[in-house]
Amino acid sequence: MEFFLQLMVNGVCIGLIYGISAMGFVMIFKASSVINFAHGELLAAGAFFFFTLTAWGGLPVYAAFILTLAASFILGFIVERLFLRPLIGEPLIEVIMLTIGLSSMFKGMMLLLWGGNLYTFPDFLPESLSLRFGAITIPPVYTGALIIGAFFLALFGLFFKYSSQGIFMRSVADNQTAALSLGVHVKRVFALSWGIAALVAAISGIVLGIINGINVHELSSIGLKVFPVVILGGLDSITGAVIGGILIGLLETFTGGYLSTSLKDVIPFIVLVIVLLIKPYGLFGLVEIERV
Amino acid sequence: MRRPTFHPCGNFKERYEEELKVFSTDFGRLWSAVGVAILFAVVPFVSGPYTLYILNMVGIASIAAVGLNILIGFTGQISLGHGAFLGVGAYSAAILSTNLNMPCWISVPSAALITAIVGMIFGVPSVRLKGLYLTIATLAGQFIIEYLLVHWEGLTRGTMGITLPPASLLGIDVAGDRNFFFLIYVSLGLTVWTAVNLIRTKFGRAFIAIRDNDRAAEGMGIPVFRYKLLSFAVSSFYAGFAGGLWAYYMVSVTSEPFNLLLSVEYIAMVIIGGLGSIAGSIYGAVFITLLNEGLRLGTDLLMNMNLFPEVGLNIAPIRELVFGLAIILFVLFEPKGIAEVWRIIRSSFRLWPFSY
Amino acid sequence: MLLEINNISVVYADVLQVLKGVSLSVEEGRVVSLLGSNGAGKTTTLKAVSGLLKPENGKVTDGTIVYDGCPIHNLSPEEITRKGIIQVLEGRQPFKYLTVEENLRVGTATRWTQPYQEDLELVYRYFPVLLKRRKSLAGYCSGGELQMLVMGRALMARPRLLLLDEPSLGLAPLVVREIFQIIERINEEQGTTIVLVEQNSKMALQIAHYGYVMENGKIVMEGTAEDLRKNPDIKEFYLGMGSAETIRSYRNVKSYRRRKRWL
Repeated sequence: MEFFLQLMVNGVCIGLIYGISAMGFVMIFKASSVINFAHGELLAAGAFFFFTLTAWGGLPVYAAFILTLAASFILGFIVERLFLRPLIGEPLIEVIMLTIGLSSMFKGMMLLLWGGNLYTFPDFLPESLSLRFGAITIPPVYTGALIIGAFFLALFGLFFKYSSQGIFMRSVADNQTAALSLGVHVKRVFALSWGIAALVAAISGIVLGIINGINVHELSSIGLKVFPVVILGGLDSITGAVIGGILIGLLETFTGGYLSTSLKDVIPFIVLVIVLLIKPYGLFGLVEIERV
Repeated sequence: MRRPTFHPCGNFKERYEEELKVFSTDFGRLWSAVGVAILFAVVPFVSGPYTLYILNMVGIASIAAVGLNILIGFTGQISLGHGAFLGVGAYSAAILSTNLNMPCWISVPSAALITAIVGMIFGVPSVRLKGLYLTIATLAGQFIIEYLLVHWEGLTRGTMGITLPPASLLGIDVAGDRNFFFLIYVSLGLTVWTAVNLIRTKFGRAFIAIRDNDRAAEGMGIPVFRYKLLSFAVSSFYAGFAGGLWAYYMVSVTSEPFNLLLSVEYIAMVIIGGLGSIAGSIYGAVFITLLNEGLRLGTDLLMNMNLFPEVGLNIAPIRELVFGLAIILFVLFEPKGIAEVWRIIRSSFRLWPFSY
Repeated sequence: MLLEINNISVVYADVLQVLKGVSLSVEEGRVVSLLGSNGAGKTTTLKAVSGLLKPENGKVTDGTIVYDGCPIHNLSPEEITRKGIIQVLEGRQPFKYLTVEENLRVGTATRWTQPYQEDLELVYRYFPVLLKRRKSLAGYCSGGELQMLVMGRALMARPRLLLLDEPSLGLAPLVVREIFQIIERINEEQGTTIVLVEQNSKMALQIAHYGYVMENGKIVMEGTAEDLRKNPDIKEFYLGMGSAETIRSYRNVKSYRRRKRWL
């Protein structure tokens, strides 16, 4: 029973992080209908930037964190401006190919810069974050992940529900021509969505890095794990992304705990195929409101 | 004898039969014949083993790339699992020839058939899914197959890999680069011939209709799902065939090469070569294989020069970087690929000096 | 003159010429209506003004559009909307997954740093229906409500020039009348200049001060609404009041054609 609960806690924590990184992915998809295969690389870039600043640059953690977020935002912005903007209005396959190319290029670059080794962050979380409930302990890393995750989720939830820019982003996702006719800066929305996506990717990259250590291959493959998450949640639903993330996180930790560790990485994809066959637009995908 | 035809200065087709012709002029037919003759009668005897090795790799890659182009370029279904299908073909050939002692002329086509069936299984989600969702389903296929190749140890012997018996055809041992050259290029010729003719038929037109607008295609009475599945089957058949040849050529198979990067490599071939062009797939295969070799030679050279002794230069990251860059540049600047560049060059010659 | 269109040509995708030298001018504070059959180029004219041609691969190749003294042709929609020109698209295009109030908030995109509460109240005063439905998703509103929603959304931007594209499309006659009354009120109370594209010529000429008739990408007739209403040809072709007998005889058919061509 303790083992079960422990796994559940771990699963929820990891899943929350998956959910956050999937949120960035969904954001790009919603705003510009671009499916971003380079999401894992954005995630890894954030984690490594943070790592470089803290471990090699010797910056204090909070400063490094803020700097990383800013840098990731700018990175996302630049990627959109340089690579995605020329493709606005081009067929789907070209956009998909472009992000696959981006992912390959970024991964190569990062491997050249940091190599394929596993690094660990210096331990900066206070021991007091470690929680105990009876027989279960939640290590500080997980508590930290939970806090950061919940905080940013709430933040983005509020952003989309109440802020003007958030509403504009949703309007562009909904009906681009109409948004354009009202003077919504559509290109700015695209750039903004890439910026925010890169930013949340960096957050999840850092948190995952705290949990597992950072390695280019590992982190960029997390980017692919976003797919089962968003498919489970529905490609266009941000809440769905979070719930899907938690489900996948639980699924993974339970498979890892009870079945086998090697199956752990594949099980989300098996579930993905099954979900696709049964409920093609995800569990929480938007019901298409169609009027003729 | 009828008069030989040349390219007219423009598009003057008056009948549908003319659109269907493989060679629009006798000149084209003649040059293709000469090309094939040189390929088989001269090339294998003048090139050294290294050149032959590269040619063989190009040949194998071309077969698989033609298959992928049928799926992506003609049917418009983006697959990210082609590398894994190649693996299925390679493993099937290996298992059939070791466990069941099949000769290679049976095992390679059977491997291709098995791969076609596997491909159809992963094509089933295409019933209800389009575009993005399907791409993601094939991505899942890639990972699941990769996992099975490593962990289904009873069948695939896990990370150990399988060593194949030497291939023999009609009692002759196919060994060495030159013999394989003939085997591979005859197969390539057959597959290209089939593909070109498949595209000209009802099936090919249905594929193209589905690519351009699947709803309209359905409205015109094309059973979309059946044709999508067929396209998946054909595409993975080609992948399986290429995989089988690869297994025999490489003598032993392990699961490592058949990863996502290989799938991306094949997509790169198709994009760079030219979507919706059979010849384009071959250009793409040539380009990527040469790029691969060039990068390998380049990094080797840098390593030997010992310019940065402390930096362990590794080919993999550079390869990924250059691949990514090549894909990006082609998508941004010439999304129709080398085939289009070639077409523009040709037509500007044809129309010279009045290029407009 | 608030808006002056001088002899513009519009070409789609570099091949399809839709407007062939259209000139019209709109005085500040007026309602100007643009009539014509399907495919005459009315919507294209509006899109040329609002800059929405670009996403459709269209271009103003010739002529000028001058708004408030500065040329605006081929500017981006973002810039044009910020000058106070808002187009209400044909066929009611709400943001289906946003609530009614969120839809209205998108209307503030051109001036999103300023407060919007007053405008919201104003819109609810014109369209009380929207107040009742403010929390529900726009996708579930009825056609009439949606038309009011998209007009209210445009009002949120505090436009100086409002381009309305077929507000009566597919609505019940009573709703159409209500909407036209509101358009008239907006014009009178807010002083908003309105360009109205309509198929429902009768309605349009009732509230408009001035009218233009378009055919095949050209302006074929213009005049005050009064004159247009009285014009026998307009009566016959657009208001549907020509007597049926005149068309019956062959000679009349010929003259009908001739007059139609002239129009």
